[in-house]
Amino acid sequence: MAVEERDPHSGYLTTGHEWNGIKELNTPVPRPVYVFLLLTALFAVVYWVLMPAWPVGRTYTKGLLGVDQRTAVTSLLRDAAADRAAWTKRIETADFAEIQADPALMQTVRDTGRTLFGDNCAACHGREAQGGRGFPTLTSQSWLWGGDPADIAETIRVGINSSHKDTRTSQMPAFGRDKLLDRQQIEAVIAYVRSLSQATASQGGTAPPIEAGREVFAGNCAPCHGEDAKGIGAGAPDLTDSFWLYGGDADSLYRTLMHGRQGHMPTWEGRLTLADRRILALYLTDMRRSTP
Amino acid sequence: MISQLSPGERRGALVLSCLVGCAGLAMAILGRDDPLGGQGAVVMAFALACAGTVSHGYFTPAPSPASRAAYYDDPTRAGIVLAMIWAVVAMAVGDWVAWLLVAPDLTFDAGWSSFGRLRPVHTSGVIFGFGGNALIATSFYVVQRTSRARLPDQLSPWFVLIGYNLFCVLAATGYLMGITQSKEYAEPEWYADIWLVIVWVTYLLLYLRTLARRKEPHIYVSNWYFLAFILVVAVLHIVNNLAVPVSWGHAKSYSAFSGVQDAMTEWWYGHNAVAFFLTSGFLGMLYYFMPKRAGRPVFSYRLSIISFWGITFMYMWAGSHHLHYTALPQWVQTLGMTFSLMLLVPSWASATNALLTLNGAWHKVRDDATLRFMMTAAVFYGLTTFEGSFMAIRPVNSLSHYTDWTIGHVHAGALGWVALITFGAFYSIVPQLWGRRAMHSARLVEVHYWLAIAGTVVYVISMWNSGIVQGLMWRTYNDSGTLAYSFVDSLVAMHPYYTLRAIGGFMFLAGTAVGAWNIWKTMQAEAPVAALDLVDAPIHPDLQPAE
Repeated sequence: MAVEERDPHSGYLTTGHEWNGIKELNTPVPRPVYVFLLLTALFAVVYWVLMPAWPVGRTYTKGLLGVDQRTAVTSLLRDAAADRAAWTKRIETADFAEIQADPALMQTVRDTGRTLFGDNCAACHGREAQGGRGFPTLTSQSWLWGGDPADIAETIRVGINSSHKDTRTSQMPAFGRDKLLDRQQIEAVIAYVRSLSQATASQGGTAPPIEAGREVFAGNCAPCHGEDAKGIGAGAPDLTDSFWLYGGDADSLYRTLMHGRQGHMPTWEGRLTLADRRILALYLTDMRRSTP
Repeated sequence: MISQLSPGERRGALVLSCLVGCAGLAMAILGRDDPLGGQGAVVMAFALACAGTVSHGYFTPAPSPASRAAYYDDPTRAGIVLAMIWAVVAMAVGDWVAWLLVAPDLTFDAGWSSFGRLRPVHTSGVIFGFGGNALIATSFYVVQRTSRARLPDQLSPWFVLIGYNLFCVLAATGYLMGITQSKEYAEPEWYADIWLVIVWVTYLLLYLRTLARRKEPHIYVSNWYFLAFILVVAVLHIVNNLAVPVSWGHAKSYSAFSGVQDAMTEWWYGHNAVAFFLTSGFLGMLYYFMPKRAGRPVFSYRLSIISFWGITFMYMWAGSHHLHYTALPQWVQTLGMTFSLMLLVPSWASATNALLTLNGAWHKVRDDATLRFMMTAAVFYGLTTFEGSFMAIRPVNSLSHYTDWTIGHVHAGALGWVALITFGAFYSIVPQLWGRRAMHSARLVEVHYWLAIAGTVVYVISMWNSGIVQGLMWRTYNDSGTLAYSFVDSLVAMHPYYTLRAIGGFMFLAGTAVGAWNIWKTMQAEAPVAALDLVDAPIHPDLQPAE
């Protein structure tokens, strides 16, 4: 049945088989195929001899080079940590003021802080630390929990309303929902609060709702926000400046007073090293200085 | 389509549809408090459509014995249409996903359109929907002609094709409902997996039964590859999907493996899915359609043998190169890497065998876009397998892994190799299967070719750039010994490449749409040409089934 024919184009014989018009040439395997098969096999054998390769019962051939990826990565990490120790030690132990006075060390803080911030903080606070609704801007002069490097480092360590035992805690009560204030009182206090940060508020400084609001404020808000509404530094914001965490328009303020607010910042102790947290604190302080 | 089924087969089809419908009902009832219930509804609707189709043609006259003397191509025709539908839909979803990475708001705030749900719709849709249907359709076509035997019956090929598409529909709708077992390329949950096993074993038996009926003394190369594809995919699918469902009423299941064993099983499966689904099966296609179209004998029978056994043996070891520098013991990584390197030789032997087959027919490659599709596919096959072996080298992998380079590599293979060889095969047989002399428009085949090539090149090159930039940014340290870039920095750097990739993907999608239109118009053309059966050697008369 098999009738071999010579292919006129290549000069090779066919195998003599045919499938629906398809034939095959009996061309010998080109030499390079054998050469490369041999070369790759040779490489494999040499590699197997040198490296961990074949399982043998409960163990495996360790290879002549004695390479082990776990040991390798452990020693690489140790070396890298040792290299960095020169400056991480100082970041951990030196005074913030002392670090800020050292331009070389501050350059390291800037280099490292930028990446640390991008990988850990930017998701909420924004790539340029500009913040967003509910997430404070970190480039302003307005800090709920203090803007000194030490204060910032502590906020990063314990978080706000977090699971840390020393967490910073703050809560704006839901004055409306919990019926502490009625609707009229809320609207009055909103008018008053808005007049504080807007010197040229359209309603003027003495319109009746504002006067009523002043009274409501004194009786309900002053304990946390202070008589002068400038905050008393325990998470209750200054209401006289132009920075608003949840918006300073009447609508947002109404929501805030109606339902209350309780922001959340996770604790980073256990996730970032002491040096990392201090770098971030210094980095943010430094960024604020260079921001007009 | 029903008119070709014997009365007994029609009964069988109706019973099967009802059984599947009952299974769907059971899923809907047991899973009424779970997404499984929704999947049950999908199964019931699917079964109802099948039962309706069967009933509609149930009382048409029984087919004449003479019709049994021809190859049975109805399932192939349906498979080609289904493959093209899946191609357009799944590639469109792919381009959507690509634009999502450019503009994340394109989910329009819906859960079902989030990246994590759409992405598997794209991957399963193109690999299983488009690729799988193309493989089933062409394997039926090729095995009959190279065996000179008709498929042994009319029901099981339909069961395989329709059942397989039910699996694909369950997969895609399940992802949108949020169902996944979180294994890449094996996302469908236990009930869909069990169904696929039934379908796939039927496929294997059907293929073996057809081969057993062959009148040719030897089994043609294409059939070795198709058979390896069917057999190994069955093994891979079953082992990787061993899992225990939470209950009969829950879509969720837990894998039989845990930790690094689960990872290794998954990538043994994942890489061999590339090997036996996306390589072996499509090599089967290449070995039939390329010499046929070129009118040239296969360059070397011996080379086909070497590359077949080389690929089949060595791919099995290579999966662990997906887990370099992980908790996987290093010796497993060593084996994965070295076998991946040796694998290059049989892979290139296959590509060489294909390209040298074109010797004496290169003028046809110039003039005939259909053959050029296949030639280019062989070139991309060679490029991609070289790249794959290269990326399997541990130090190279430390740069390329987890980056877009991998995405570029996969698409060089999926677009440049798998899709191009499929389009070449389809353009070869669509005119014959629908009784035409040629495709509706040869110019549109050219347009499709150039759109596909341009799209692939833009896609792959942008992902190479993106991947290497990404890999370098992730490992760059500043003078203080800490990372120079945050992850977000690398995303910002990716943005222009993501835009380019989405444009390249769109070009490829546009080409596919042109192809689908051209195939549709060819199917619609007036005046079928008679006696086209003469294109194929007739079924051997000794092999008439006893009617």
